[in-house]
Amino acid sequence: MSYDRAITVFSPDGHLFQVEYAQEAVKKGSTAVGVRGKKIVVLGVEKKSIAKLQDDRTVRKICALDDNVFLAFAGLTADARVVVNRARVECQSHRLTVEDPVTVEYITRFISSIKQRYTQSNGRRPFGISSLIVGFDFDGTPHLYQTEPSGTYHAWKANAIGRSAKTVREFLEKHYKEEDMESDTEVIKLAIRALLEVVQSGGKNIELAIMKQDESMKILDQEEIKKYVTAIENEKEEAEKKKKT
Amino acid sequence: MALFDVSGYKSHLELRGKTLGTGLRHFNFGTTNQEFAVPAGMDPSGFLKSCSHEGQGGVSIDLNHGTTTLAFKFRHGVIVAVDSRASAGSYIASKEANKVIEINPYLLGTMSGSAADCQYWERLLAKECRLYKLRNKKRISVSAASKLLSNMMLGYRGMGLSMGSMIIGWDNKGPGLYYVDDNGTRLSGQMFSTGCGNSYAYGVIDSGYREDMTVEEAYELGRRGITHATHRDAYSGGVVNLYHMQEDGWIKVCKEDVSELIHRYRKGMF
Repeated sequence: MSYDRAITVFSPDGHLFQVEYAQEAVKKGSTAVGVRGKKIVVLGVEKKSIAKLQDDRTVRKICALDDNVFLAFAGLTADARVVVNRARVECQSHRLTVEDPVTVEYITRFISSIKQRYTQSNGRRPFGISSLIVGFDFDGTPHLYQTEPSGTYHAWKANAIGRSAKTVREFLEKHYKEEDMESDTEVIKLAIRALLEVVQSGGKNIELAIMKQDESMKILDQEEIKKYVTAIENEKEEAEKKKKT
Repeated sequence: MALFDVSGYKSHLELRGKTLGTGLRHFNFGTTNQEFAVPAGMDPSGFLKSCSHEGQGGVSIDLNHGTTTLAFKFRHGVIVAVDSRASAGSYIASKEANKVIEINPYLLGTMSGSAADCQYWERLLAKECRLYKLRNKKRISVSAASKLLSNMMLGYRGMGLSMGSMIIGWDNKGPGLYYVDDNGTRLSGQMFSTGCGNSYAYGVIDSGYREDMTVEEAYELGRRGITHATHRDAYSGGVVNLYHMQEDGWIKVCKEDVSELIHRYRKGMF
């Protein structure tokens, strides 16, 4: 008997196959990278090349949940829309009842609970998205969390999801330096460098959103990204020259 | 229908077969699901109207708010003073009723109105505050705690609850003082007094209040307020329970009998 039909059924060796298949769907989605600095948080996503006639601005993979939290996802865009909608309502509901903005951990826990509920009810499939949630709590601490289709969540200093996530994560592990995280520019450059590893044709296919402490989220436009990319390429050339001499 | 989801409208079919909705009450702090279900077809507010003076039949349920409680903020925190008489009509049920609920070391709630309502709903509030702390790993703020209580009251508005309460605490926004009552009113302020002796208490604390009082002066003002109210109001009496909310939590200052205090304050009278 195949154990991947109804998700409420465990397989004999303890797997929930539908959840694992959902994670496969995530691995097919475009890459997203998140880095947490001391005073800045950065999310970058790979922008898939769009058709000529398609309007560029309608494809947004980075969504603001509230003034102090935003998220990027990898996987099924339509599923993400549902989750983001519910999270936005919950952020406002929290503000109404508690008279304070949500903490990043709270809204991550909320999103994870929704995802977990869908792995334990009949007739519904899990959400096919992993998300990176970044932001600042109202006491100023930055956070980066990652959620998965199974409903688990973890805090990270830097992480990647989606296609080639493993490569990007290894790059981040190699190049993440605690001291660099003090400088906002270094954090942004680390995120861009990590994305450049897997994105075709350079800076054109990168979308980057940053949030500095006590400021609102800003999506960088193409010129700014190009500036960082050229700076990164210059640094690479210098490093190559030094190696040769 | 436009905005169907946002409006919160639930058709009766949805309410019957809810399987996915019931688990996550804690994100709504228990405000969407009522604590007590009201049977379909009942109209508590209509029934109550017929029981008061305006209704026919000569039956009258009069809920007396027999108490005096007061609280005020000053430079060194918040002073809370309450009396301790529990009355059932003209019968004094207890002279040492406890009208302050210690929700946690940083939150206090006072009670006036129907003793049963106050005790029940404030203990429920204490439960929600504790759950909040366990889930979010930090103490609940005073504004959130008072909002929870007022939302609970709003759920049963018009159905005969009787509660006038003050929520006092110290959180990362500083000292907090909120007045919450059974109509769902929720007010933040510098000074409140509730119960049928409140006018006497207001007279005393209004005339003696200064923001830069010393701690001892503030204690004395709180004691005086309650003592003079119990002297004139038949439904207040017993002892004065005095609390001081400081930055690192509340302390219980004293518990003194008003019949002795009144002699101290009205020297020429007796």
